[in-house]
Amino acid sequence: MTTLAQKIIANACNKSEVEPGELVVCKVDLAMIHDSGGPRRVKPILEKLNRKVWDAERVVVVTDHYVPIESEETRAIHELTKKWVRNQDIQNFYDQQGICHVVVPEKGHLKPGMFCVGGDSHSPTGGAFGAYMFGIGATEMAGVLATGEIWLKVPKTIFIKWKGKLNNLVTAKDMMLATCRKIGMGGGQYQAIQYIGEAIYDLSVQDRMTLSNMAAELGAQTGLIAPDDKTIDYIKSSGGLVPENWKSFRLDEPTSGAKVNEFDASTLSPQIAAPHSPENSENADEFANTVFDVAYIGACTGAKYVDLAAAASVLKGRKIASGISLKVAPASAKDEKQALEDGILKILQDAGAEFLPNSCGICAGYGKDRLAEGQVCLSSTARNFQGRMGAPTSELYLASPYTVAASAVVGKMTDPRKLMVN
Amino acid sequence: MSRLWLFEETINTDVLAPGFYMKSPLAELSQHCLEAVRPEFASKVKKGDVLLAGDNMGVGSSREQAAEVLKFLGISCIIAKSFAGIFYRNAINLGLPAFLLPKDSQLPKEFVDGSSVVFDFENSILFLEGSGIQINLDPLPAFLQELINDGGLVPHLEKRFDEK
Ligand code: SF4
Repeated sequence: MTTLAQKIIANACNKSEVEPGELVVCKVDLAMIHDSGGPRRVKPILEKLNRKVWDAERVVVVTDHYVPIESEETRAIHELTKKWVRNQDIQNFYDQQGICHVVVPEKGHLKPGMFCVGGDSHSPTGGAFGAYMFGIGATEMAGVLATGEIWLKVPKTIFIKWKGKLNNLVTAKDMMLATCRKIGMGGGQYQAIQYIGEAIYDLSVQDRMTLSNMAAELGAQTGLIAPDDKTIDYIKSSGGLVPENWKSFRLDEPTSGAKVNEFDASTLSPQIAAPHSPENSENADEFANTVFDVAYIGACTGAKYVDLAAAASVLKGRKIASGISLKVAPASAKDEKQALEDGILKILQDAGAEFLPNSCGICAGYGKDRLAEGQVCLSSTARNFQGRMGAPTSELYLASPYTVAASAVVGKMTDPRKLMVN
Repeated sequence: MSRLWLFEETINTDVLAPGFYMKSPLAELSQHCLEAVRPEFASKVKKGDVLLAGDNMGVGSSREQAAEVLKFLGISCIIAKSFAGIFYRNAINLGLPAFLLPKDSQLPKEFVDGSSVVFDFENSILFLEGSGIQINLDPLPAFLQELINDGGLVPHLEKRFDEK
């Protein structure tokens, strides 16, 4: 019996099957790069190799890190990116339309069974569509762009099984913070993680993306979820073409002897992770009354449409506490537009939110909104390493959009269920 | 002879290559390498020095600069209990040797931060200068060894394209 990961890899290296530990060379179906690690870093290497990209139709370029343009340096990066995209005849270029991991699927580029690489560590997000997608550095990306190939050690699959049903105001982000605590940031061992179980399939596709995204925080190479009807509906509504054989990628039975980490969704409480690691998570209650300065709803992890809607469900008819600033950076222009149409933006705005562009924003540690010395932030992003979102003395706590929003109202960290019963 | 830089803690890419300096040239970025945990590192590290880290070395973003700054500052080899996958690939692709401590083996306690060491790449052995104490590291698979010998992925591909 084979796993989803092995099936995709076997297809990509043109073998009937592969075994964990085997070294193989795979053909890449899609390579995604962004303005930070992309053109400005791969261009000199491709020039040195005297090569153009192997297949312009299989390359997607997104500008999201150095957005908005706010200095000569960032302007130069954008100019270089645009020019390079033109010279390479790349049509799939999404300029300042949102964060790469959200934009790529929303434009219909991902489908079950694909083998993809991204020039960013959160590329496992693509796993939510049943695609084997993983992050690589710029030199390796240049190698992929020159050859269309990459070597890989076939991973074992580590299963993360969530049974039961989630309680109200508990969501994918809480599942991931709890998983980080349980198995640790090295727990993924650079193998393939696959999320299975009832609570996973109950989630919307965008919530599933949060799980796959944070496979990076578990140190896994990718974070797969077997495709189902929801996946297919999402792809169709994004204008993507669904492969006829998609059901053959609906593999989610653990192979014999595989490691299965079991969790129970029905007993999960909202989580908060303390600085400086996502694995420092506890029930949000443990942090009750911890004070903070900035509430951030942002990033590919925590500012998709579902995340904005979650925050709005808490903030409706409420105002954020004085002394707290709530910053919201919707993950993509499309999600922002949808949120506007559905009245979600209005709710956030009325509660006192300040909006930032559809980009990585503070999450990447760039830009004028980065955290100042000693500032404490409660954030819906994926990663809270020391100094990541600003000054080395700033402190970063992670939580779900529900928890961030509720805490912003209370003025101290809280389990959102406390606010919502009152 | 090289200095051993020993880190017990997990080192992530944000401390190796802080986001704020990512748009700066490598020379400037490298001056901030590890400043959050070891402020003197960038100014004191010398060519040929060896960095030895604990678990999950280089965890975090895919930014290759995290490995590149170490190479730029002169680190000749990184050894760790375990590596974050992307960082490991990046280091090798840049021609910076990265070795794993053998599973379940303890680093002899004589190896401390600041020790003088000699690294033997061919045989993947780290010697403690003048003591007879050594630790044998897991050798690299042959094709990765070849990548390193070629000087990294780019020179390796140049060679491959030339041969065609
Ligand atoms: S939003 Fe944050 S985690 Fe997502 S791609 Fe941008 S910098 Fe990375």
